Amino acid sequence: MWWNALLLALRAIRRNLLRSFLTILGIVIGVSAVITMVTLGRGATQAVSDQISSLGSNLLMVRPGQRMGPGGGGFGAPPFKEADAEAIAGQIGGVRAVAPQVTSTVTVVYGANNWSTSASGVSADYFDISNWRLAGGRIFDETEERAGAAVCVIGATVRRELFGSEDPLGQSIRVKQFSCIVIGLLAAKGQGAMGMDQDDLVVMPLRTVQRRVTGNQSIRTLLVSMKDGVDSTQVQTGVTRLLRERRKLSAADIDNFNVLDTRQIAEAMSGTTRVMTTLLGAVAAVSLLVGGIGIMNIMLVSVTERTREIGLRLAIGALEYEVLLQFLIEAVALASLGGLIGVLLATVASFVLAQVMQVPYLFQPGINLMSFLFSAAIGVLFGYFPARRAARLDPIEALRHE
Amino acid sequence: MNPVPANGGDTGAPLIRLRGVTKSYGQGAAAFQALRGVDLDIEAGSFVAIMGPSGSGKSTVMNILGCLDTPSGGEYLFLGAHVERLTRDERARLRRRYFGFVFQGFNLLARTSALENVELPLLYRGEDAATRRAAAREALASVGLAGWEHHTPAELSGGQQQRVAIARAIVTRPRVLLADEPTGNLDTQRSHEIMQLVRALNAERGITVLMVTHEPDVAAYAGRVVHFVDGLIARDGPQAVTEAAGGDARAV
Repeated sequence: MWWNALLLALRAIRRNLLRSFLTILGIVIGVSAVITMVTLGRGATQAVSDQISSLGSNLLMVRPGQRMGPGGGGFGAPPFKEADAEAIAGQIGGVRAVAPQVTSTVTVVYGANNWSTSASGVSADYFDISNWRLAGGRIFDETEERAGAAVCVIGATVRRELFGSEDPLGQSIRVKQFSCIVIGLLAAKGQGAMGMDQDDLVVMPLRTVQRRVTGNQSIRTLLVSMKDGVDSTQVQTGVTRLLRERRKLSAADIDNFNVLDTRQIAEAMSGTTRVMTTLLGAVAAVSLLVGGIGIMNIMLVSVTERTREIGLRLAIGALEYEVLLQFLIEAVALASLGGLIGVLLATVASFVLAQVMQVPYLFQPGINLMSFLFSAAIGVLFGYFPARRAARLDPIEALRHE
Repeated sequence: MNPVPANGGDTGAPLIRLRGVTKSYGQGAAAFQALRGVDLDIEAGSFVAIMGPSGSGKSTVMNILGCLDTPSGGEYLFLGAHVERLTRDERARLRRRYFGFVFQGFNLLARTSALENVELPLLYRGEDAATRRAAAREALASVGLAGWEHHTPAELSGGQQQRVAIARAIVTRPRVLLADEPTGNLDTQRSHEIMQLVRALNAERGITVLMVTHEPDVAAYAGRVVHFVDGLIARDGPQAVTEAAGGDARAV
């Protein structure tokens, strides 16, 4: 009986191909919107967490000033000294390495090309802590670091802007008033979580930047990397207590520095994208619901239009539930077909959009299956009322219907 | 499942028996009495035409005989079973098993081949695809439409469409064929062809035929003509023209 009902339903759909297609269009759009939104949303979440982990995991960023976030304060608050870095490394348990960092905006020149970028003065630990890999050359050694040698490792953007296809290794670039030999090339990291270009930088030994660029001993950032499995909150508390002590803050004073846990940033940001994904998915789900109402509308029209046919079926001996089943299955078949087309469309759309938006394409079996089943359920839900109306028709009235 | 007793056909009672059947529509002052106490016996294998002016109750009695409608009062015995006591679905089962319907407007499914149209009643009887196909082909051949299986109603003439409808009605090998103005939409030539086909089905297969018509020359094919006036049987008798043929059919 089920098979027969399915057969009848498919015949009815085939008889009205164009209208069937228009009917399911709402479902197709709804399903593909839900799947595309969720797939892209998950991809974006993945991209964000990838980018944040490219900053370095298990990392605390210590900066002067109270506010956190991009462009955060720090003006007026005393900077750090190299001794602070050594104190943290020596006195706080669970710390693997501490990299002091000074950054300054500089113009770099090579031949006829010049480029405005940021110069980072760091210790050699920085490369490891910040998850930088080398695309070529080497990083500076201890001697160069201690001496403040004029050597630098350049990011992929700087390399492209200054050298194009030329090999930069061993070449001299001019940074401010001194020239600096390129000894290493950083592998590209791509766009950062905030949209900034992470590869737009020149890395030099800390002393080099302090002496030749900023002209003072101060340090703007301390990057503290922790050992694996260490509770970051505990380290954070330790660093805070130590720095308060060293900066001679009394109990009443508020911190004039801040400690940022990259994992917290990662969680906050992927939390944000997750919320966005859910919201977009919810909006798309509403369109799926609208699609369901469209199906109900067309099924009601179809029942009215096919009143004579239903009358005939009843007259030649169709039982009430057989007519009900036929129309219900027709609605479910239509909705499922819409769901199926929607899934296929969404796969293509989210794949293409993922390329355009430069987020990874992650196939989501869960949401695909769920959307498909949901569309079938919509068929049952919105098909039942018209089907019941058809099944309860009086065969005599129905046969007379014009 | 089957409301009709197994020996229903062998009790000596007629195939169809109406006793004091009434039918009224509406309520109170607006009530309309379509049938006002009809007694009617129809023997298996007979060919009965039901005639009468509009509003005489001939369509109402036809709907009741076809188990599409139930009487407001009185008894309808089909093969000894009380049809008036059956539920909607039980009457549907009765129709599916014993009745075939032919309508004035053909009522074929549009954009559906003749073969699929004829298969339809078998679908509701749960026959498998091969049986359905074979029976439908045979039924189409028996109404002279072999070779037209894959034409849709739009590609067939009115006479051919009614032949498809007749094939659909007889494909289940029913005991009773109910025809409601079967020639109402056809010209004279086609009308006579269709009636000859119906008479052949009655004579050769012993199918009981009940037919509503208002055309005397169509009614002339029947062995018995029942006239309705104002919800009652006004005249009931054999027709001189076809009396011999009707008698022969019963004798066989």
